[in-house]
Amino acid sequence: MPEASTPVAVLQPGVPAPAFTLPATPDQRLSLADLKGHPVILAFYPADWSPVCGDQMALYNEVLPEFHRYGAQLVGISTDGVWCHAAFAAERKLHFPLLADFEPKGGVARRYGVYRDHDGTSERALFVIDGDGVIRWSYVSPLGLNPGADGILDALDLLVEQNTSAGAAS
Amino acid sequence: MSTLKPPVGPGDHSQGPAAAPVTLVEYGDYECPYCGEAYPVLKAVQQAMGNQLRFVFRNFPLTEQHPHAGRAAQFAEAAAAAGRFWEAHDLLYERQDALDDASLHAYARAIGLDGAHLVAAFEGRYDDKIRQDFSSGLRSGVNGTPTLFVNGVRYDGPRDVDSLVAVLRAVAAEPV
Repeated sequence: MPEASTPVAVLQPGVPAPAFTLPATPDQRLSLADLKGHPVILAFYPADWSPVCGDQMALYNEVLPEFHRYGAQLVGISTDGVWCHAAFAAERKLHFPLLADFEPKGGVARRYGVYRDHDGTSERALFVIDGDGVIRWSYVSPLGLNPGADGILDALDLLVEQNTSAGAAS
Repeated sequence: MSTLKPPVGPGDHSQGPAAAPVTLVEYGDYECPYCGEAYPVLKAVQQAMGNQLRFVFRNFPLTEQHPHAGRAAQFAEAAAAAGRFWEAHDLLYERQDALDDASLHAYARAIGLDGAHLVAAFEGRYDDKIRQDFSSGLRSGVNGTPTLFVNGVRYDGPRDVDSLVAVLRAVAAEPV
């Protein structure tokens, strides 16, 4: 496989989101296709157990009701394994799935163009995917900087606007 | 670049002159230890800046992580309605280790806030205001607590007194 030698650029709006199936718990797997029909927020992050209050996943946990108003599903992805995710999600009381991009390591992150070879983790990267499985917004944050939720909310707003105007035009 | 939405208005809790050349906004959570660390720093910054600075506090309670943050915010908003917001704000950060209901009732008595008023706050009287603050934070790019905005622009730099005062003085000296 040519994955390490030919890094893919970060996938941009307009591109179909690459399909994937990853473990969400030790005995459950989640496919992107399962979420079709609703907007999906894919949040790649470097690792569980980031030691600050401003932790990105903890913040998104608080914003979940806001995301749900758009009918959007939030999914976190890192290269941590399922047991690590399970402990992290339990400790932080996270109410959304964390997927383990663990074997082959970072395989999904590579396909989205957000894998960091040197670190063996993904970038801190966000994708908003529409109900038809097309990427509508993507963003890579400086690694040490929690990107917040404003970009995601703006992208979801735009999605609603475009759907409304498309509906009016047809 | 993340900017403050909406700008500071009459509904905000502020200290210092409205016409000050610099406005510092904090989105904070009363139970967040990093906000607790920032509290004496921001006091010292206010002291150093004098009437050059207006300081504004907006609620950003992370209630999933901090079980008492929601009620602490309700307490502060009830105090605000009685004209005692800053007393409540300061008390909460000075007693961050004790924010359970009994402690909040004791603080209410200490600042002369009616117990029934506090109960009404716990039942949601000021929740709209708290939600509005939280939502404005999300839209403004708040990514944790505390998050600071200097004249409407998110500040991601170091949060020690000297660094903050240097930044604020530089902004204050900019031509309008």
